[in-house]
Amino acid sequence: MATNKTMKKRSWLIGAIVLAAILLLILARPLPFLFYPDLPYLALLGRALYIIILACFMCLYRIFKGPTGADRIVAIDILGIMIVGLCAILTISTARPWYIDIGIAWALQSFISTLALSKYLEGRGFEE
Amino acid sequence: MIDFIGLIFICIGFAFDVFGCLGLVRLPDVYNRLQAATKCVTLGTCSILFGTFLVVGVTSAGIKALLCMVFLILTSPVAAHAVARGAHRSGVKLWAGSVIDKYAEDREGEV
Amino acid sequence: MKSRIILFLVALLVWSLLSWVPDWQHLLVGIFVAWFVAFITGDLFIRRAHVLKHFSRYWYFVSLYLPTFLWECLKANLDVAFRVLHPNLPINPGIVKVNTSLKSDTALTFLANSITLTPGTLTVDIDKDNNVLYVHWIDVQAKDVESATKIVVERFENILRRIFD
Repeated sequence: MATNKTMKKRSWLIGAIVLAAILLLILARPLPFLFYPDLPYLALLGRALYIIILACFMCLYRIFKGPTGADRIVAIDILGIMIVGLCAILTISTARPWYIDIGIAWALQSFISTLALSKYLEGRGFEE
Repeated sequence: MIDFIGLIFICIGFAFDVFGCLGLVRLPDVYNRLQAATKCVTLGTCSILFGTFLVVGVTSAGIKALLCMVFLILTSPVAAHAVARGAHRSGVKLWAGSVIDKYAEDREGEV
Repeated sequence: MKSRIILFLVALLVWSLLSWVPDWQHLLVGIFVAWFVAFITGDLFIRRAHVLKHFSRYWYFVSLYLPTFLWECLKANLDVAFRVLHPNLPINPGIVKVNTSLKSDTALTFLANSITLTPGTLTVDIDKDNNVLYVHWIDVQAKDVESATKIVVERFENILRRIFD
């Protein structure tokens, strides 16, 4: 039991160090990006965009690794919700208002696909 | 000033998104992952959309962001509920350290 | 018929918000589409149209339900963030059974959604015949039905009974 606990703590430490390193790499210096250069808070938005891409990669890890089908469906649902936030950020940073339309359409489609996948998981028809 | 408040909302949203995905990676079984991910990511994305509304102002994009926020708050718990029910009916077990499972006890007779 | 008119108005409102600033061409197409939607799915959503006439319900919704819901939602997020960042993962999960006394479909849907977005709980299934909800709880504090009901449901049930029943 004790060895289990120390191993848990060690893996937590390794994960925290890796995450902090990635965050420092993102936040340390400005990253090149295809944005309009005259917005005042552009540097912050560009870095924040990289943080959300990091979160998307965590979701992809769960889709890749997930032991059951339900895990993968959860990860796909969460990925869909997060891409809506990504579209909202792109709306501000590129000053093109049609990105939020993509977000709305993505939210609708993601909700319906999650419902269909969970019905399929339940193993019953759609008639109920 | 309003831009600044909107940027603060957006930063809070990013933090909660990362926490939700961290929960998706760390927690042990489907139901716990569903809890962490649904709560954190829903509030995080709603916060990002509200910040977008504050930054953009009352234009077409801002109104659409508000509509998208209401839609997400209404539908995301329904999706979580559907996935949890489907997972339990398809036979995904709870984590080994779970305390109690009343649902499985009550469904013994039906199946 | 009454429910179709209400649905038509709601659909027209959403359409005109989606095509902001509305001019007369957008409104013309919107009236046609909203009439079509209301004609097809008229009796599907609103069963008891007379409830919508009580204006005190809207006031209760804005003044009682929304602040409680937002506060609980914020607390839930902080709670989940604490549990995820803690090195030992302090969770104690399980599925418990709670009773409810709400009857109508809308009230049950709102109760389930509120339970899902509040600290540590997630609705797994609803049994409408016995008025029973199955709730997954990330940190089980009470195993029997009555005390779990007192902790999980009571925050919202009184408010929702005033609004929807």
